[in-house]
Amino acid sequence: MSVFPYLVAGWICVIGLYGIVTSKHLIHLALCLTVTQSSTYVLLLAVGYVQGGGPPIFKGVKLGTTAVDPVVQSLTLTDIVVSVTVLALILALALDVHDELDTMDPDRIAELQG
Amino acid sequence: MTRRIRVAIFLPALGLFGVLLAWALVGIPDFGHYRGPYGYLLNRVALPERHMTNVVTSVVFDYRGFDTMGEEFILFAAVLGVVLLLRQGGREQPDELNDSVGSDGVRIGGVLAVGACVLVSLWLIAYGFVTPGGGFQGGAALASSVVLVFLVSSHKAWSGVASDHALDPFDGVGAGGYVVIGLGALIGGLPFLTNVLGPGVPGTLWSGGSAAFVNWSAGMEVAAANLILFTEFIDEYVVPLAAGDTAG
Repeated sequence: MSVFPYLVAGWICVIGLYGIVTSKHLIHLALCLTVTQSSTYVLLLAVGYVQGGGPPIFKGVKLGTTAVDPVVQSLTLTDIVVSVTVLALILALALDVHDELDTMDPDRIAELQG
Repeated sequence: MTRRIRVAIFLPALGLFGVLLAWALVGIPDFGHYRGPYGYLLNRVALPERHMTNVVTSVVFDYRGFDTMGEEFILFAAVLGVVLLLRQGGREQPDELNDSVGSDGVRIGGVLAVGACVLVSLWLIAYGFVTPGGGFQGGAALASSVVLVFLVSSHKAWSGVASDHALDPFDGVGAGGYVVIGLGALIGGLPFLTNVLGPGVPGTLWSGGSAAFVNWSAGMEVAAANLILFTEFIDEYVVPLAAGDTAG
């Protein structure tokens, strides 16, 4: 099962996309987008994992000790924080739609626009 | 486009994605057999070169500092968007929002928790390049600890600590400070964001040089950005709901 973590990442991505496609509510849609985005964290951390490796922090640990890839970790941590603010922006847009059109159904928005 | 058409388009695309994923999985190195070279290289050279014991932070604020600046401005732009959408000039503020938490136990425990959480967050930022932590994690934790004030006391106490007037400058200084530190190196004729303050002593607060200050500006920006988001959503949607409850 040496590819199992990659399969998990693929599954999280697909299940989030499925949620987006079949969504009936804008807030549900925004959360599904976050689920899809989370798959990239699993993928990145899985790519950088080294068998038996510790955290890439060498305070009290001898330099040269086996450690996992720090680059993918730094990408993941900045992305998590940024994704929260972007989610907030999407939710603000959804609330604006609700105020203007009085609906949260993505399909109803298209009807009202046409 | 109806839901049925969307699913009809999605399913073939899913099949194609499955094929591509299977193809990729055949060629990918086994889990735990990372091939490098950057991770291995950085784990070896970050401490001797930059004197930072937390290699992740040295990547975020030094080796990839320019990239992180871009990420900071995504954050800044997203917060700007939320503020533009939600902050309306003629917002009616209900003066008497009677939402004080009744339980003394929750209030006392909560206030103690706020102090402890703020301290831990500041420690996470300050020692971010020595032990696990950093500006992004500490900033997010700091914002959450201030939101505790709203949860354990009242909206009045919350608006005292988290007002637009107090937070906006922090957000701007956090985002701008990062750029100013980067430009500081240019004045000395060095590349943007060069560590001009020298590497310092490994394992102490005086390690990391300029990256320590970049770390603090990122922490300030992340904390202020998250708090601005909370204030906007609370003022725009939670307060009117709570006011409606007490009125009805």
